[in-house]
Amino acid sequence: MRTLTLVALTLTAAFLFRAALDFPAWGDPASPAGLHVSRFFIERSYDDARTPNLVTATLADYRSYDTMFETVVVFCAALACFFIIRAAREACVANVFHYRHAPTGLVLTLRRGCPLPRLRGRFEQIDSEWTPRSVILETVSRGMIPFLQLFAIYVLAHGHYSPGGGFQAGVIFGASYILLAVSHDLRTLTDHVAERTMHLLAAAGVSLYVGIGALALWAGMQFMDYGWMTLAFGMDGPGAHSLGILLVELGVALTVCASLTTIFKLVSSEGTIMEGL
Amino acid sequence: MDFAPLLGKANFWAYFFIMLTGLYGMAVKRNLVKKIIGLGIFQTAIMLFYVSIGSKEGATIPILTAADAAGRGGIDAAAYINPLPHVLMLTAIVVSVATLGVALALTLRLWRRYGTLEEDEILARLRGDPGGEACTPRS
Repeated sequence: MRTLTLVALTLTAAFLFRAALDFPAWGDPASPAGLHVSRFFIERSYDDARTPNLVTATLADYRSYDTMFETVVVFCAALACFFIIRAAREACVANVFHYRHAPTGLVLTLRRGCPLPRLRGRFEQIDSEWTPRSVILETVSRGMIPFLQLFAIYVLAHGHYSPGGGFQAGVIFGASYILLAVSHDLRTLTDHVAERTMHLLAAAGVSLYVGIGALALWAGMQFMDYGWMTLAFGMDGPGAHSLGILLVELGVALTVCASLTTIFKLVSSEGTIMEGL
Repeated sequence: MDFAPLLGKANFWAYFFIMLTGLYGMAVKRNLVKKIIGLGIFQTAIMLFYVSIGSKEGATIPILTAADAAGRGGIDAAAYINPLPHVLMLTAIVVSVATLGVALALTLRLWRRYGTLEEDEILARLRGDPGGEACTPRS
């Protein structure tokens, strides 16, 4: 089996290396990929959508069908994760958890699913993998998280003029939540943003994207033609496309942020969303 | 012998090497997590390949300069690298993270059921002893 695979791989390698001889050289301005539709994107996108960042204009305007379904794929991945491991959470989890109240050192024993009492100070779970909290780690990450989120919003809002956009902003925003979960614990994250809210945000992002496209149908235009905003808001065509790109990117950012955070929560806690890393 | 046309494609050869490394990991390794790592390496090679297709000698990043954005007409397409591969890979990177999550979720489920991530051990258990959940308490 192993030798068979190696033979197959060697053959593939030989074919690929032979095929590479016919490729255009690296950085050749006349390579076929850079000639036809790509020229159109570069030359027309500013007049069509008033967006200097060609990647954003191509992503959310010329290729907005593609981006819409990529967003749906991310959303479906989060859904799949949920149904694969979240639904089966009852099987192998201990029913009793022990929590230590950090200021007093009191240890509580709770059945799973019972809420912790509303006391000042933090509870931390004690199990066989319990490690003492690091004050430095918590303080530093608590200082970093607001700036991460602010930066994510900047990346989203400034995606027309600088490298950025919905996917990047969503990933940065999701990373700030994951940082919160890693540096504190998963319970802190779910206290800040409930699981239900996360799921609603993911669905809201996809709905916003599809809704922006569907409103064009209502205005008698083609699906995903942002030109309907000229009628609704009384702006010129390129401005309408620019606004459409921003709204659509907002939808992408919501879905990506919520989906990646949900996937992290599910995978790191084996689907229980009770206690993670 | 003239090596210049060969060296001009050295980048593609590097990506082929990375891609085949990933393919080897997916095909030969028995451990499911190692297969997932191989998948990640494979995807990285594809992303590098696409981004490399978009490059143009002497061109700048695909964001119009202030002069080009203000000017009427006359944008030189050769002055900006091809935005299309960047668009495709931008979405592919995020989707690859999401699919990685699904793969890890499936792996967790398998671990919970069979107590192992070795492919041949799982197959052996499927053939011989299809018993229930591995971690249900034995009476």
